[in-house]
Amino acid sequence: MKFDKYGIGVVKGMVLTFKHLFRPPITVQYPEEKLVVSRRIRGNDLVWFLDKCTGCATCAKACPQGNIEIVTHVGSRNNYVVDKFDVDCGRCMFCGLCVEACPYDALAMGRSYERSQYRRSDVILSKEQLQLSDIRQPSGYARPRIEAGLPKQSLLVNWNMKEGGQKLSWLGLSKKRGRGV
Amino acid sequence: MTLLEQFRLFLAGIWPGWAAYLVPGIVGIVVVLAFVVVLVIVFIWVERRLLGRFQIRLGPNRLGPEGIFQPIATAVKILIKEDIVPAKADKIIHWLAPVVVFVPVLMIFAVVPIGQRAILTDLNVGIVYVVAVSSISAVGIYMAGWASDNKYSLIAAFRTVAQMVSYELPVVLSIVGVVLMAGSLSMTQIVESQTIPYLILQPLGFVIFFLGTLAEMNRSPFDLLEADSEIVAGYHIEYSGMKFAMFYLGEYGHALAYSCIVTTLFLSGWKGPFLPPIIWFLIKVFAVFGVIVWMRATLPRLRIDQLMSFAWKCMLPMAIINLFMIATEMLWLSEINLWILVVINVVAAGVLVLLWSRLFMLGGGRVEVR
Repeated sequence: MKFDKYGIGVVKGMVLTFKHLFRPPITVQYPEEKLVVSRRIRGNDLVWFLDKCTGCATCAKACPQGNIEIVTHVGSRNNYVVDKFDVDCGRCMFCGLCVEACPYDALAMGRSYERSQYRRSDVILSKEQLQLSDIRQPSGYARPRIEAGLPKQSLLVNWNMKEGGQKLSWLGLSKKRGRGV
Repeated sequence: MTLLEQFRLFLAGIWPGWAAYLVPGIVGIVVVLAFVVVLVIVFIWVERRLLGRFQIRLGPNRLGPEGIFQPIATAVKILIKEDIVPAKADKIIHWLAPVVVFVPVLMIFAVVPIGQRAILTDLNVGIVYVVAVSSISAVGIYMAGWASDNKYSLIAAFRTVAQMVSYELPVVLSIVGVVLMAGSLSMTQIVESQTIPYLILQPLGFVIFFLGTLAEMNRSPFDLLEADSEIVAGYHIEYSGMKFAMFYLGEYGHALAYSCIVTTLFLSGWKGPFLPPIIWFLIKVFAVFGVIVWMRATLPRLRIDQLMSFAWKCMLPMAIINLFMIATEMLWLSEINLWILVVINVVAAGVLVLLWSRLFMLGGGRVEVR
């Protein structure tokens, strides 16, 4: 006897939602938990390499907004020494033209996406702030060698307990906070 | 003798008569009000968290341990909102409508037996009182829709009242089945008479009563008139601030009241082994509310024509058949072992539900379902 015509769909639906009760929630509680972003992310961030930069100011010319301000003087070995390398990230649209323009790969798009500031003056980054650091890493976008070394993106579908996420007891209400991936 | 009467008797020995009469009443009302308000807040929290888990998300878990203070934050947010009254609204009725919706819900709790003696008044017509009082909120809803001077709220109010009135009939008829079996209209007597919970003894009556009350308190899947994911609000579209909070509270108060009544009528109220009566009562109330949330998480809304045809073509005939069956059993099989009645009623309920489900096929059965 087939029950397709006897309202079995209601029962099926109820069983399905009941099973959902015992599945771990997919919610990522953002400030405490973060997923690993794509290796090729174009974050709103720039990384500047001091040793590669020759101070040619090609990036400043390429910038459609004129956000990059470079001041140099001639050094002892007939080179440019960069005095000032300021990027106004408040007006930057992260088009990446400066990165493409740079003949020496001294600029790269960064991976970070958490660059909000409370003051406008804080988004103007100086050459010290722009350099490579723990929180300022270049993205693998168009740079296969960097990409190969970056951690894999964590997807919600395979975000399992071994990778450090989704710690939820059988009927527990919340995930414990602060166990970022 | 209820606890309240005992308290009154105790006070009568030491205080003057009027004080001994008034004070216990006020104390009882305050206790019941506190019970209702606390439980409503817990209900709101339970609904949000449980709905979250049904949808594989977490639900609000930030404010306080496991987000238990979130409903309080919501209440504060609503309270400090501006109270807007439309310019052409009927001011007095617009102001009165939330009260008329909310107060009857509180009045229901006067006859809800939380324990054997923990009841405000053990009316001998308790369940009739519940039916009568809970119908008043339909008037309040109509007042809200009318006084808002908004055609949409008026349409919603029309439909809500139509829905509540239509579903009143099967609900009352299924209550009659319980009353026939219990032999009393008093809520405590009904609970006392349940050696086997009427959920098992009258499954059809339970289903009709449960779905009917869901429709009466405008809960999903019968909440098409205030479908919050599709339209703005329904009859309380022109309400804001505290008045809206009254409707909101009334809605959850309704859910609480009906969970209590379902528990009393069909789940043998406070009775249960080992644990104290109040714990058993709360467990059952929360189980009923959990099923309500479960249905909300699962079932899609009905259309207005489906809603009305479900009431009149399905619930009402089934309720009459159920009442007829129970009456017959009480008349001729009253001496029989209850478990035989259980088997008869469960089989009859299954057959009836299957028969009637044929009526609600896609396109009346003319459309082929794969």
